Amino acid sequence: MSAKVGIVIVSHSPDVAKGAADMVRQMVGNDVPLGFCGGNPDGGLGTSVEKILAAIEQGWSDKGVAILVDLGGAETNSEMAVEMLPADKQAKIVICNAPIVEGAVMAATEAWGGSPLEVVKRTAEELSAT
Amino acid sequence: MSDWISGSVIISHDVGLHARPSVKLTKLAKGFAADVEVAGDPAGPWIDAKSIVKVMAMKAKQHSTLHVRAHGSDAEAAVHALVDLVLGDFEEAAHAAGA
Repeated sequence: MSAKVGIVIVSHSPDVAKGAADMVRQMVGNDVPLGFCGGNPDGGLGTSVEKILAAIEQGWSDKGVAILVDLGGAETNSEMAVEMLPADKQAKIVICNAPIVEGAVMAATEAWGGSPLEVVKRTAEELSAT
Repeated sequence: MSDWISGSVIISHDVGLHARPSVKLTKLAKGFAADVEVAGDPAGPWIDAKSIVKVMAMKAKQHSTLHVRAHGSDAEAAVHALVDLVLGDFEEAAHAAGA
């Protein structure tokens, strides 16, 4: 179980994104690839496709990448970012329907254990189901 | 259920089995091939210790007893490791596989 699924956090707020990433790092450790971004290019609240692409690159794993988003624009911009990538990369990226902070920690814990992408996604989404 | 190795330990961690301890317990359990389960009551329900969502949902409290059971090739080591983790107040376990 050498390769681990990567986690990408996309928030409207740079502080939320960094805070959620800090929680993943402190609770789960540094073994899971992790990317995060928040805010628009001007430094205000928002999301940008460009920043999301960089975060995906930062958290990239050939085993797949699970993206956690907060509000609407984070999801649509993440979808746009994913669509801009080559098809082979697109196939390895999923957007999780889960709360951003809790989902990131749960997904990272599952990823740490070497689980495949669909299991990581399911673990994050299990939160909303229960 | 004679093929299950079991043990129990009182949770002394001051906040109980909250987020950080839950992640540690789950990570440790994932390092074993054996099926590992935990429960607040030996009568059950038993929860998959490798499922972070389920372990966190247990909300095991301080001073409550955590029951651990495992079955499989390394079941005994798994039970010992989990009990040791709780006894050691969830300090980083040296034997956490891959850590």
